[in-house]
Amino acid sequence: MVKVYVPRDSCALSLGAEAVASAVTRIAGQRGLDVSLVRNGSRGLYWLEPMVEVETPQGRIAFGPVTAQDVESLFDQDFLSGGQHALSLGLTEEIPFLKNQERLTFARVGITDPVSLEDYVAHEGYQGLRNALVMAPAQIVDEVTESGLRGRGGAAFPTGIKWRTVLGAEGDQKYIVCNADEGDSGTFSDRMIMEGDPFVLIEGMTIAGLAVGATKGYIYLRFEYPHAERNLNAAIRAAEAGGFLGDNIQGSGKTFHLEVRIGAGAYVCGEETSLLESLEGRRGLVRFKPPLPAIKGLFGKPTVINNVISLASVPIILAKGGSYYKDFGMGRSRGTLPIQLAGNLKQTGLVERAFGVTLREILYDYGGGSQSGRPIKAVQVGGPLGAYVPESQFDTPLDYEAFAALWAVLGHGGVVAFDDSVDMSKMARYGMEFCATESCGKCTPCRIGSTRGVEVIDHIREGKNVSENLKLLRDLSDTMLAGSLCALGGMTPYPVLSALNHFPEDFGAPADNASA
Amino acid sequence: MKHDDWDSKEIEAVIEALKDQPGALLPILHAIQDQQGFVPPESVPVIAEALNLTRAEVHGVITFYHYFRQTPPGRKTIHLCRAESCQSMGSDVLEAHAKASLGIDYHENTKDGEFSLEPVYCLGNCACSPAIMIDKEIFGRVTPERFDAIVEEVRGTHG
Repeated sequence: MVKVYVPRDSCALSLGAEAVASAVTRIAGQRGLDVSLVRNGSRGLYWLEPMVEVETPQGRIAFGPVTAQDVESLFDQDFLSGGQHALSLGLTEEIPFLKNQERLTFARVGITDPVSLEDYVAHEGYQGLRNALVMAPAQIVDEVTESGLRGRGGAAFPTGIKWRTVLGAEGDQKYIVCNADEGDSGTFSDRMIMEGDPFVLIEGMTIAGLAVGATKGYIYLRFEYPHAERNLNAAIRAAEAGGFLGDNIQGSGKTFHLEVRIGAGAYVCGEETSLLESLEGRRGLVRFKPPLPAIKGLFGKPTVINNVISLASVPIILAKGGSYYKDFGMGRSRGTLPIQLAGNLKQTGLVERAFGVTLREILYDYGGGSQSGRPIKAVQVGGPLGAYVPESQFDTPLDYEAFAALWAVLGHGGVVAFDDSVDMSKMARYGMEFCATESCGKCTPCRIGSTRGVEVIDHIREGKNVSENLKLLRDLSDTMLAGSLCALGGMTPYPVLSALNHFPEDFGAPADNASA
Repeated sequence: MKHDDWDSKEIEAVIEALKDQPGALLPILHAIQDQQGFVPPESVPVIAEALNLTRAEVHGVITFYHYFRQTPPGRKTIHLCRAESCQSMGSDVLEAHAKASLGIDYHENTKDGEFSLEPVYCLGNCACSPAIMIDKEIFGRVTPERFDAIVEEVRGTHG
């Protein structure tokens, strides 16, 4: 029997992986070949999807990008024995894009069958939980603190400190909430984990529950991720059946229940307090802080709310120790960051590297430059609220503090490249328009400021009183920066002003307006 | 997926099954929309009564979230991504093409009732931009030509 892997990751599916999988099964049947088809997650080499792999004695061999029409010829060339074919990519692990990575959180993604508990356990899964089950809650929190893990959702708040606050808070009921409302354009690492290795998230949340004394968890997932929903629910059922979720986890007497809840297309619900409002069944209006969710969170109870990647990084920290994880990275950014290459790049996909790799390495060594073949003009890092970074700053290392020093944000690690055909005043306008569409409406700078921002940029683009309107735009941005309740209004000026500061010519502004 | 008319018995059954869980409103609205294709305005008082909320509160929640709709959709809903990554790969052109070839703007249904068009801000398919989603199926690297081919293929099929 030969194992053939065809991903069921939504990106691979969006390029026809389902038809490829059917063709493999059908043709193997016609030829009487004994093939076992595994629907894995994606390795994250998205420009090669659908990427089919075959298990051989030498290791897994990849072919891609494969269409359903190619499958017949793959069989003709005996791909099951690793036969040569025009789409041959050689040993998967030797593909440079993949070989030159440090995969800790993504160690299993693309390798295992995502919904097989047996496969997960066979690939070092649940070792972190086994260790945590014999540790005191404070010891678990210490281990996470020691690792230096900071929130991967974007705010980079130390995870251990958040957990310690919840551990110390009084409450008859505590909750673990996973923020899986991955709404930032250019980001898909949460989706890849949930589709490609959902057990690692479930394990991370279970460990969080043990650490702070929470018995119930919710994953707040965006509706745009139907395939993640399917795999998460399948994995939750399997974990329950295997005694890794529910009452009396692995005979320990400990309890943790987990449920997936679906959002409804509101970007602002990625803001933690808005998310909690939504989970409680209300409009996603941002709450004032304090009280912190750690003290008074979901249904008024102490709540850990963490991003998918933060929680999915916990199992390896508990399995191998906080100091193992801490040894990766630079400065105060410890461990690894799953970087997502998107937009106008030749080689898009997922690169997990220790902090410190430069943006230029990411864009050219991994990304291979622009897909259109034109020069890369600007890169938006960190989602729609992240700054546009010009070529002159491409040598910046990916590190929270280094980006902050440039008045930019690393955020959730999304990198979207634009070639020189982009009009940056149009992107600035879009930044304001997006904020106007998605504002929850609670605070005035965000609700009104974004609409006025669109109007002012329209005037600038029409060439009306450009100097006065540029001054007005900076004024308005100041108000939004300083006066908004949350990051939506408070960070929309990042893409807007960075576009203006680095590319004043696109606004018809005199060059001396740069960084005024 | 149903539309045009709606079934109050089905809706009442959904509400009854879900109303006792904490934070039940979003799960109930999802279940109703999955079943009926939209949240009929006539169901608002029924939901409000079951959850001990005002009609205004239920209406407020439905209208806050882009995904919930109060009018019947086409037989298939096309979500077209407008976010930055897709823009960097030409989604503006795709958007104009989609509107012209379907003959509708966002939030409208085609005359034959086959399609609705909705904007969406990121499908997480940014590595294969531009992207669209039709009901729960995602398509990547969608050129105008590929858009036409996909639309032709799903037209008349029942999801």
